[in-house]
Amino acid sequence: MSALARLRYRLVKDALLPAALALKRGGKKSRPPDPLFGPPLKSTSDLRRIMARHYALASHAKGAMPVAWVTSGAPVELLRAFGFYTVYPENHSALCGARKLGPEISAEAEARGYSQDLCSYARVDLGHAFSGKTPVGSLPAPDLLFCANNICQTVLYWFKALSREYGIPLVLLDTPYLHGGRDEASAFAYVEDQLRRAVTDLERFARKDFDEARFLQVLESSRRAARLWGGVLETLRRRPAPMTIFDAFVHLMPIVSLRGLPVCERYYEGLLAELRDRAERGVAAVPGERHRLLWDNIAIWFALGPLARLFAEHGAVPVVATYTHAWAETAHQMDLQNPFAALARTYGGIFLNRDLAHRRAFLEALSREYAVDGAVLHSARSCKPYSIGQYDLKQSLRETPGIPSVVLEADMTDHRVWSEAQARTRLEAFFEALEGRGIGGSSDQGSA
Amino acid sequence: MDLYAGVDVGSLTAKAVILGEDGAWAGESLVRTSPDFAESARRALGEALSAAGFPGAEPRVTVGTGYGRASVPGATRSVTEITCHARGAAALVEGAALVVDVGGQDSKAIRVGPGGRVEDFAMNDKCAAGTGRFLSAMAETLHTGIEGLGPAGLRSRREVVLSSTCTVFAESEVISLLAKGEPADDVAHAVHLAMARRLAGLVRLVGAHAPAVFTGGGALNADLVRCLESVLGLRFTLPEKPQLAGALGAALIARESALR
Repeated sequence: MSALARLRYRLVKDALLPAALALKRGGKKSRPPDPLFGPPLKSTSDLRRIMARHYALASHAKGAMPVAWVTSGAPVELLRAFGFYTVYPENHSALCGARKLGPEISAEAEARGYSQDLCSYARVDLGHAFSGKTPVGSLPAPDLLFCANNICQTVLYWFKALSREYGIPLVLLDTPYLHGGRDEASAFAYVEDQLRRAVTDLERFARKDFDEARFLQVLESSRRAARLWGGVLETLRRRPAPMTIFDAFVHLMPIVSLRGLPVCERYYEGLLAELRDRAERGVAAVPGERHRLLWDNIAIWFALGPLARLFAEHGAVPVVATYTHAWAETAHQMDLQNPFAALARTYGGIFLNRDLAHRRAFLEALSREYAVDGAVLHSARSCKPYSIGQYDLKQSLRETPGIPSVVLEADMTDHRVWSEAQARTRLEAFFEALEGRGIGGSSDQGSA
Repeated sequence: MDLYAGVDVGSLTAKAVILGEDGAWAGESLVRTSPDFAESARRALGEALSAAGFPGAEPRVTVGTGYGRASVPGATRSVTEITCHARGAAALVEGAALVVDVGGQDSKAIRVGPGGRVEDFAMNDKCAAGTGRFLSAMAETLHTGIEGLGPAGLRSRREVVLSSTCTVFAESEVISLLAKGEPADDVAHAVHLAMARRLAGLVRLVGAHAPAVFTGGGALNADLVRCLESVLGLRFTLPEKPQLAGALGAALIARESALR
């Protein structure tokens, strides 16, 4: 790491970027109000600024500090204690998907033999690694890779491929899958042991000693941010909901990419205050809220806007999602007295690392807590572990708590598998069924 | 006299059903869909009104359904074909609990509740497998014509196996079966069996309940129906005009919405 690069990074971070972003903010035109939706969230402009800053700074981080590429479910708190600049390939892939660049960038990986059946996040990320294609200018090449397989097994092979491509080390946290009957205590002990070893590896890599006080600070910040995020989601229990899950998908970015940093906490303090105020005043995200829905699986990034509109046209408001809850669900377990054991539990015990019975109970609990009338199960073509079992979940939701659901076939970033007309038909038919259209019409049957 | 119209603009055919003031069936039409959905809808509606004896009349309420549902001129509103097929099938077959609809662009299994209400449904994904398109492609390869595919399958004497329901792969499989000297009739039956297995998968997602109704153009293929019956162990009732179930459902909804 060079002193010059560090100096340049500080200059960009403290002087140039704030000035550039302030200028940009001044030039932004506001859109005319849309009658389908309530007033837009004020926090969104802060979010845009924070994320623009994050990606702009990323390109200056190289050389100034070690850069790590991290999976969304990895205990980033360890890296922060060592002063890494962290980049989240999944977040970047989502961004590429939202800009409808998924197929173009993943084609770069497919041309090198990566199958179209592989996770599209992985394909987009590898495609970016091979070609440099990105909508964010440039991403700093990683010095280190940090991967936890609590979200899926693909990340392991994906990050191994990155490790070969860049010729850099990979730190892996292996989190045993928790199925019913497994001895969880020993699984967590195994994860905790790896966390301690990772500290030794990181000390060697960063050539500095582990600063436990700094680590605890980061952990505390991460816990607060996760609780604030949980609070943000809880405001959606209100009827009408002050924002929708489609909004939450976007406002999720800081808790994924920036948790453990003060900016993340500050952001969610602001968002939570705004949402509480909206809830208090009865401000609806969708003024015609009629059906409250649960969403399962990752967002369909390339169709977020059109879906939000289609749902709103039918008064259908997704108010809770398993996906957005993933970063709030286990936050309460962050015990600062026993940080390594707590991290092991927090990250090893997330719902994606648990069996279908747990997922079913989780869905049922969320359905009740958020008083939903139905569920939309996004079957993500290239995210197998999240999508498998959804027809069983559909069946069980029909039994308890007795709500109907629809399976929507799509993908998180690859719009080649998406058929807008088919998706529209499925969703509209589902909304019509929720409306109960056709009931009571048996007295006037036509005769052929 | 107040008339109520349902117009179902599908990917291959556009259908219209006219109901009279009392809800009695007054007229119908079935035309090929042109690339211009609005024109197809207008033509279907015009012909149905003529058939009902009211050429050029303006229905009191028109409901559009099918893929082109948003392009039906003069429609008060559009309703999906899922809701309409359920509603139509329930009117045609009393107590209908399951509808299998095989249309040009997609196929679906619908669990129907009291009064034709949709309880649940499952559809094919972004793929032609199990749709009318699949049958058209196979009929072309077998030189039977779409109407001749069913009778050919019924004439089959021996079971051959077709492993693929992917339209592209099945086509090459069919060609190689023919090249091996398998009779076209047996291959046609194999096509229907492969498709029936695919449809049965959709049905099992919503539950195989009786009375079951088969609608859409696929219901005209007697061998396909027979195959699905044998795969599921369930008898299907065939409406006299299965392709009109969606348009009928739309017309019933049109009338209901006016009387509500």
